[in-house]
Amino acid sequence: MTNGDAGTGKSVLLDVRGLKKYFPIRRGILQKTIGHVKAVDDVTFFLNRGETLSLVGESGCGKTTTSRCILRAITPTAGQVLLSDNGEVVDVATVPKNRLRSLRRQMQMIFQDPFSSLNPRMTLLDIVGEPLLVHGVGNDQERTDRVVELLNLVGLRPEYMRRYPHAFSGGQRQRIGIARALALNPRLVVADEPVSALDVSVQAQILNLLLELQERLGLTYLFVAHDLSVVKHISERVAVMYVGRIVETAPTEELFASPRHPYTEALMSAVPKPDPRLRSERIVLEGEVADPANTPSGCHFHPRCRYAQAVCRETAPAQEEIAPNHFVSCHRAAELSLRGVARSGA
Amino acid sequence: MRNDTRPLLSVRNLRTSFFQDEGTTKAVDGASFDVFPGKTLGIVGESGCGKSVTAQSILRIVDRPGRIVDGEIVLTRADGSEIDLVKLKANSREIRSVRGGDIGLIFQEPMTSFSPVHTVGEQIIEAVLLHSEVGKKEARLRGIEALRSVGIPKPERRIDEYSFELSGGLRQRAMIAVALSCNPRLLIADEPTTALDVTTQAQILDLLRKIQQERGMAIMLITHNLGVVAEMADDVVVMYLGKVVEQGKVDDIFHDPKHPYTKALLQSIPSIDSTPRLKLPTISGSIPHPFNRPKGCPFHPRCVSAIAGRCDVEEPPLQAVGEGRKASCFLYP
Repeated sequence: MTNGDAGTGKSVLLDVRGLKKYFPIRRGILQKTIGHVKAVDDVTFFLNRGETLSLVGESGCGKTTTSRCILRAITPTAGQVLLSDNGEVVDVATVPKNRLRSLRRQMQMIFQDPFSSLNPRMTLLDIVGEPLLVHGVGNDQERTDRVVELLNLVGLRPEYMRRYPHAFSGGQRQRIGIARALALNPRLVVADEPVSALDVSVQAQILNLLLELQERLGLTYLFVAHDLSVVKHISERVAVMYVGRIVETAPTEELFASPRHPYTEALMSAVPKPDPRLRSERIVLEGEVADPANTPSGCHFHPRCRYAQAVCRETAPAQEEIAPNHFVSCHRAAELSLRGVARSGA
Repeated sequence: MRNDTRPLLSVRNLRTSFFQDEGTTKAVDGASFDVFPGKTLGIVGESGCGKSVTAQSILRIVDRPGRIVDGEIVLTRADGSEIDLVKLKANSREIRSVRGGDIGLIFQEPMTSFSPVHTVGEQIIEAVLLHSEVGKKEARLRGIEALRSVGIPKPERRIDEYSFELSGGLRQRAMIAVALSCNPRLLIADEPTTALDVTTQAQILDLLRKIQQERGMAIMLITHNLGVVAEMADDVVVMYLGKVVEQGKVDDIFHDPKHPYTKALLQSIPSIDSTPRLKLPTISGSIPHPFNRPKGCPFHPRCVSAIAGRCDVEEPPLQAVGEGRKASCFLYP
């Protein structure tokens, strides 16, 4: 299904079509392939310029693998990752290696763990300036100036640039990671769980910074996260993943108010609300997340779905546009009326 | 009604410090609270606030170079007698009968808290044999029963498996089964769902609630997740840098917080039912390193209502600020 030019009027920066990543399972002396872990199994979505799309799902659902495929940190098994590069559309999935480096200036990543993602032997100046050095930008002085500018941008004092990461707190380190990601003026920033390792009181600072930077620099974010509250806060659209597939994509408010996929409903109801008066009847899913090496037939969610019927066991549902910009893969999407999240105070 | 119930566990002025070459870290600095039978006490705080060390102090499993410097931890035992856990030797027979017997413990990391070279069954049976006068056969049956009661399918088979053969959710269930195998009257759950996915977290929280109803057990729930506290706790203790800054009933804490830290913390969390893409109010700065503890009120450098000349000099005591609630802040005389 093509939804790359879905009628939003905005221009599409990234268009992912039919993306698959299978990891072989090898056994025995001959290392024969006896099966595949289908980490990403036919994922299709698009990302407009200047917007934030969140990929949300539980561990093992393939959200990180998807983001790594998009950056070509790993090569996808199949599918297209179309990035528009100065008016020209390039398929990142198949582009020759020698073009990758210039493409990567457009796409940068912010990592989850600010403690292990920064080299402890490099100063701030080296860490933030490294992308500039790798891409041969400017001379020493120009690079230092750019680092000063970047540190100011993310709210760190440039005087600290000769210090090492250990001298900084978790929130400050995450700012360093953001400054490094922005060094080359990328257009697409992939943020993989950028706040989940931080304390709650610091999370808000980083989320605000990300929103602010997006406004100032016109960045496009692909935000990978498992925390629905954070996702709701940062994104314009949300894609929910379950065992390698996207089950639902919708504008944020609409997804939370009226989810159309039973998994989205269950996921939202499982999040504990920070208000003791809202101790609601939760939908507690039976069983466990399916194993991507041995996926269930038909719809991957059917063994845990309380609305499942015979058809769900047999055929995988296709992705349909059930409302403008609201895509869902469920046989019963049209007939079910599912529960969203009530607005507080309503 | 609660006032005439005796607390099951009463912590008074607990101080636990770590004595290192670089200096002394006051991990818990004068914490006081009560846990009542059949109720859930939530202990909330961010990293370094001393919530886990408090739990370790209660069980007397604080690692060296840490030790309890001062305070009392009074446990009311099943026969009504009181015992001060601080006075016991850390390896005495009494404290060992309390650990696992009166008080069960679940850790955050179900992967690392099981021994990888023993089956799950061996670890449950060990606990049963230590605390009850039963034979091996009976202990195994109890182990299977314990696994069944926490909702593990096919417990007769699972009991002979190793922890790495179980998924995260099942492993946490098995952990709970070990903790419950000797019918503790208090369960200390230290971040029991932090390593789990939300749908698994919902299953585990449901299980804890069900078990609490069945057995009338008290739960001390330690977490940084305000959502989990709001769903589970009856009473809440908010800690910051080793101190209790506020305590009260869950509804009061969430709907009428008194301490500026509690207020700021509640405002700064993104909620699933809030408006998208609005700027969140933030708490400025970050949690100080325990060596560089600020003078006076530990929160004053980040506090919007700090009173110059007072909050940075004196430490506010924890005092009553209404019925059944306390806060340590100079804003409340």
